[in-house]
Amino acid sequence: MRSETVAVMDENLENLVDMNNKKRANPMVTVHPIEKGEINKANSIKIRTQDLSVFYGATEALKKVSMDIQKQAVTALIGPSGCGKSTFLRCINRMNDTIPGVCVKGKVLIDDIDIYQSDINIVTLRKIVGMIFQKSNPFPKSIFDNVAYGPRLHGISDKGVLEDIVEESLKRAALWGEVKDRLSRSALELSGGQQQRVCIARALAVNPQIILMDEPASALDPISTAKVEELIHMLKQHYTIVIVTHNMQQAARVSDYTAFFLLGELIEFGKTEQIFEVPKDKRTEDYITGRFG
Amino acid sequence: MRISSKTAQKIAFSFLGLAAVIVIVPVIVIFAILIQKGLPAINWQFLTAMPRMGMRAGGIFPAIMGTIYLVLGTIVVALPIGVLAAIYLVEYARRNWWTRMIEVAIVNLAGVPSVVYGLFGMGLFVIFLKFGASILSGSLTLSIMILPVIITASKEALSSVPRSFREASLALGVSKWQTIRYVVLPNALPGILTGTILGISRAAGETAPILFTVAAFYLPRLPKSIFDQCMALPYHLYVLSTQVPNVSQKVQYGTALVLVGLVFILNFFAVVIRSYMRSKKQW
Repeated sequence: MRSETVAVMDENLENLVDMNNKKRANPMVTVHPIEKGEINKANSIKIRTQDLSVFYGATEALKKVSMDIQKQAVTALIGPSGCGKSTFLRCINRMNDTIPGVCVKGKVLIDDIDIYQSDINIVTLRKIVGMIFQKSNPFPKSIFDNVAYGPRLHGISDKGVLEDIVEESLKRAALWGEVKDRLSRSALELSGGQQQRVCIARALAVNPQIILMDEPASALDPISTAKVEELIHMLKQHYTIVIVTHNMQQAARVSDYTAFFLLGELIEFGKTEQIFEVPKDKRTEDYITGRFG
Repeated sequence: MRISSKTAQKIAFSFLGLAAVIVIVPVIVIFAILIQKGLPAINWQFLTAMPRMGMRAGGIFPAIMGTIYLVLGTIVVALPIGVLAAIYLVEYARRNWWTRMIEVAIVNLAGVPSVVYGLFGMGLFVIFLKFGASILSGSLTLSIMILPVIITASKEALSSVPRSFREASLALGVSKWQTIRYVVLPNALPGILTGTILGISRAAGETAPILFTVAAFYLPRLPKSIFDQCMALPYHLYVLSTQVPNVSQKVQYGTALVLVGLVFILNFFAVVIRSYMRSKKQW
C-alpha cells in the first residue's frame, strides 16, 4: 500500500518546472550529475541562495544573503527580532509571494533549480518544501482530516491509502500513540504541543523533502518544546530542516549548522559548535552571550 | 442653580432608559395589535384557499406562494453572485482604484430607495429585456436590491477566517482556489448564510420593487412559470388596505400577521445559525 502511495505522492524536482516549459528549461540546471545513493560532499547541498534580497516596499528586509544549506541536517537561523530570518525562511517556499508589495531579488536554488524562475510551479514547490508555523494552526476538523487534507487535495481518495498515510505521518510526528484512538475527534481539543505535532504530521503527509520551521516551539511549554526538539532530531534523517528560533539554547541543542542574521544581513554561518564556541564575528559573540538582542 | 453630580447621573440614566423603552414599545405594540386583530382571521382555509368575492373573503394562498417563489428566485440569483463577488473582492482583487470603485458602488447600491429599484427593474427587465411583469423580473429586481447586504456580510465572513488557515493550506502545496474552496468557504459559510437570510427577509417584505415588476392585483390562481405574474403578500396587503372597499379589518390584519410571521421565521433562522456558529467557533 505504502509503496503505491509513495509513487503517487513522489514529486520529483524536475516536475517543479511546468511540463509545458520543461523542454525550454536549461538542461544545465535540471540534470543531476550525481546519481541517487552516491551522496557525497559535492551533492550534499540541498538549498543554495545567491545574493538573495527581499524588499517590503522600499525597505530592504534581507540584504544579499548567500548561503548553502546541507541536506538531511538541521540549520538554525538566529538573530534579534526583525533581522530577516523569517523573511529568509519564507523565501524558500515562496510564502512571501502571498504578501502584497514584496519583491525578491537574487536566486534560491533547490537541487540546483532556481525556484524563482518564471516557469516554476509554486504549488509543486510547496509540496516539496513544507512549512511549520509559529502558532500551531490546525484546521477546525478532525485529527484524521487535518493530516489527510494535503494528500486528499492532491488527488488521493482511496480510504486505505489515506489511512496508511495518516498513520505513517502521525508516527513520524511522534503523535500516533497519543491520538490513535481518537482520530475522529477535533484537532482543536488537543493540547498546544499536540496541535503543533498535528501540524507537523500534516506537513509530512504530502511527502516533502525540506521542512521549514518558523519558531515552532515558541508558544509551547517546556515539556512540549522538548518533545518537538526530539522530533526535529529524528526527522533530520529523512528531511532537510531549516528552523528559525529566538531561543539560543534551542539552536545549540537541535541544529547542526547555525546562521546569525542582523539587520537583514547574514553575519556568520557555520557549524553550530563553531558559532557557539568560537564565533568569528564580534557581533555574533555579543548576541550569543546576551549582550544585545 | 447647580445640580449635584448624583442628581445629574440620575437624570442621564432616566433619559437613556427612556430611549431604550421607546425602541421596544413599538415592537411590542405592533405585535400585540397584529396578534389581537389578525389571529382570529387565521385558519387553515385562510392560508390555503384562493381569495373570493374581490378578495373580501376566502384565503391568501396565492399571495403566500407568490412571496415564497419570489424569495426562492431571489436566493437563486443573489446568493451566487453576491458570494462570488465577495470572494473576488476579499481573496483576489488587489487594492486599487478599481476595487475601491466597486466598493463605493456597493455602498451606494445599499442607499438607493426601494421604489427606484422598482422603476429600474421595470425599465430594464420588464420593458427592455422583455421579460414582462413576471416572477423573473421581480426576483432579479429584488436580487439587485439585496446584493449589497449579501456582499457585505460575505466579505466580513470571509475576512474573519484566520490568515493562518490559508497559509497552512498554501504551504501544503494546495492551490489558492482549492484553499478557498476547502478551507475558507466552509469556515465562512455560517456568516454568509446569516447575511443572506437577513437580506432575503428584507426582500420578502418589500412592496415597491415588486410593484411594477411582478405583483398582480388580483390573480386567484398559482403562476405557471417564471414568466407569469403572481400575487405577493406585501402588495396584497397594500391592495387590501387602500384599493378595495369594504374589506374586513380581520382579513387585513390577518394578512399582515402572515407577512410579519414569514419575515420573523426567516430572521429566526438567521439568529439560530449565528448562535450555532458562535458556539462552534474555536479560533
